[in-house]
Amino acid sequence: MSKNKILSVNNLHVEIEGKEIVKGVSLEINSGEKHAIMGKNGSGKSSLANALAGHPNYEITSGTVELDGENLLDKSATERSLAGLFLGFQYPMTIPGVTVANFLRAAIKARNGDGIDIKNFRKVFKEKMKLLKIEDSFATRYLNDGFSGGEKKRLEILQMAMLQPKLAILDETDSGLDIDALKIVANGIIESAPKDGGVILVTHYQRMLDYIRPDMVHIMIDGRIVKTGGAELALELEAGGYDKLETEVSQEVGV
Amino acid sequence: MGNITTNKSIGTIGEDYAEKYGFHDPEEYFHKGARGINHEVVEMISKMKKEPDWMREFRHKALDIFLSKPMPGFGDTEVLNNIDFDNIFYYIKPTAEQSDNWDDVPEYIKNTFDKLGVPDAERKFLGGISAQYESEVVYHSFQENLKEQGVIFLDMDSGLREYPEIVKKYFATVIPAMDNKFAALNSAVWSGGSFIYVPPGVDVTVPLQAYFRINAENMGQFERTLIIADKGSRVHYIEGCTAPVYTTDSLHSAVVEVIALDDAYIRYTTIQNWSNNILNLVTKRAVANKNSTIEWVDGNIGSRLTMKYPCVYLMGEHAKGEILSIAFAGPGQHQDAGAKVIHFAPNTSSRITSKSISKAGGQASYRGLVKVHATAKNSKSSIECDALLIDEKSRSDTYPTMEIDAANVKIEHEARVSKVAEEQLFYLMSRGLSEDEARLLIVNGFIEPFTKELPMEYAVELNRLIELEMEGSVG
Repeated sequence: MSKNKILSVNNLHVEIEGKEIVKGVSLEINSGEKHAIMGKNGSGKSSLANALAGHPNYEITSGTVELDGENLLDKSATERSLAGLFLGFQYPMTIPGVTVANFLRAAIKARNGDGIDIKNFRKVFKEKMKLLKIEDSFATRYLNDGFSGGEKKRLEILQMAMLQPKLAILDETDSGLDIDALKIVANGIIESAPKDGGVILVTHYQRMLDYIRPDMVHIMIDGRIVKTGGAELALELEAGGYDKLETEVSQEVGV
Repeated sequence: MGNITTNKSIGTIGEDYAEKYGFHDPEEYFHKGARGINHEVVEMISKMKKEPDWMREFRHKALDIFLSKPMPGFGDTEVLNNIDFDNIFYYIKPTAEQSDNWDDVPEYIKNTFDKLGVPDAERKFLGGISAQYESEVVYHSFQENLKEQGVIFLDMDSGLREYPEIVKKYFATVIPAMDNKFAALNSAVWSGGSFIYVPPGVDVTVPLQAYFRINAENMGQFERTLIIADKGSRVHYIEGCTAPVYTTDSLHSAVVEVIALDDAYIRYTTIQNWSNNILNLVTKRAVANKNSTIEWVDGNIGSRLTMKYPCVYLMGEHAKGEILSIAFAGPGQHQDAGAKVIHFAPNTSSRITSKSISKAGGQASYRGLVKVHATAKNSKSSIECDALLIDEKSRSDTYPTMEIDAANVKIEHEARVSKVAEEQLFYLMSRGLSEDEARLLIVNGFIEPFTKELPMEYAVELNRLIELEMEGSVG
């Protein structure tokens, strides 16, 4: 059993500038599973994602995280990536003058050293671009420079597809996408997510889950996972909204 | 791009330069004069070169101008005012003769240029090369087929000897000795540099290059370059420079005059990588006649202080001037670089793109002037200054001056200062790059508009230099 465990988060607490944002989250993801973490803005779901990826502004005050049986928390952001963690950014950064192709080559070189197979790289790169309906000219554009919202999100998924992580955390990959773009991105995630790995979809809305059926749905409110269930939980949430859930939860815990 | 290597330890910057470029040779010179500057030194230089009287007189007059002219009141005045002109060697002749065969160049000098990759570049892609060591060009070669087309590429001294009428017609017409104190000093003691003449309609499709090497401590190198592209011709000239690491300063003060006649095109590329004990005080100016184009591509990585503002005079209608520069200021370095464009004729256009990177307390300044005279109607100019600060200790300043006296003129000016953002670093690190690699990628991206204009070999070399400079940025 433990062999299949990709991610194991135990009672994680995260602070940013001295303020606690994540207040004791526990989470287990097995290989081949897709989990959705849903919550309103400010619920702590993006903070959780950034903390797992090793953002220096997020301080982990207690708890443990293991990726594929390895302690993640003593690793830098670089080392976490090399260990197989991937964060799809909600707001990807612009790096002028650095082309998408060169950036990806550098990222792959960081993994494989100088033994990067350029021919194979090109082949895989072209396949993945096609899957995500990305034009060839994308490769020579500067990283996120002048990209539309949809293009940025597609580039995040392209990176995931190229880097083949053990665990992909996709932070609001659905936001800012129109329905056609959403379909393409969702299909890209399904097709190129590592088969033996895990995926965490961090999202505000249920709509992406129409295309990617999660194995588990976790609802986050105020830094805690307050409810966990199957894919139907997302539909319930969509019907009733966060307010209804919040009232329920506060009655249960007696806040 | 993508020249990313593994992380190296902090504080290796000086060591790397020392090993790769900063070594020095024993001085087995043909002639090394005394320190200091006076009329006897000028007379000696002119006599040794067997120059015509007009040049000898020009030198003496220039020395008087130098002695009477005040120091520039801008840039790094503290460093300027502390130059000890009596402590400098003004003329060192390393060998008796110039050669066109590396085997005839003294072994130690040949080894130096070998280490710097000069003969290698010559074999691979250059149409001609000049290698200057101290005051004289010690090696010079030039492709036969270019000679046959009437192209002249010589060191400046040989140019004066062999083509006195062309030299006399153009020499000091673009930059007179009066121009500034350092132009006057160069005019008095100049030695070496390049002389290029391209006949009408000839397209020199391979670059011509000069490499300047200072070896002695407290050396003053004063090369003088004159490039004339006759009507409808094209040429690309490249210069590179390095020096040993010493504890006391040396002076490099060149004068470069560039003339594009009607419909001609000249690109002048510089990769300046002096050691951090060189004061690099250079005057560069070009004249663009009707329909001609001048491009300065100016990269400043090294030196303790650089003050250099490549200039274009747009004299003829529809002339174009472009100045693209980068400056990298590391610890203890001050790059006071910039650009000047003077529009004299109607329908002229200019573009200035300046990029600077400051790191570990380095100081980079953009100092620029765009002047549009009343005669230059319908002209346009765009100026873009971008500064990237690697850390909190570093500094960037912008001093743009614009004087517009003509009607219907279009001027665009943009200036930006940015810092390497933590979020950018995190983004790249989250893809597996180390912090140093991430920072280097950002810096390489920042100067990409510059590197993409260089011949491939130089772009690779420049990225490598930047990589050396960026090592150990963390901490």
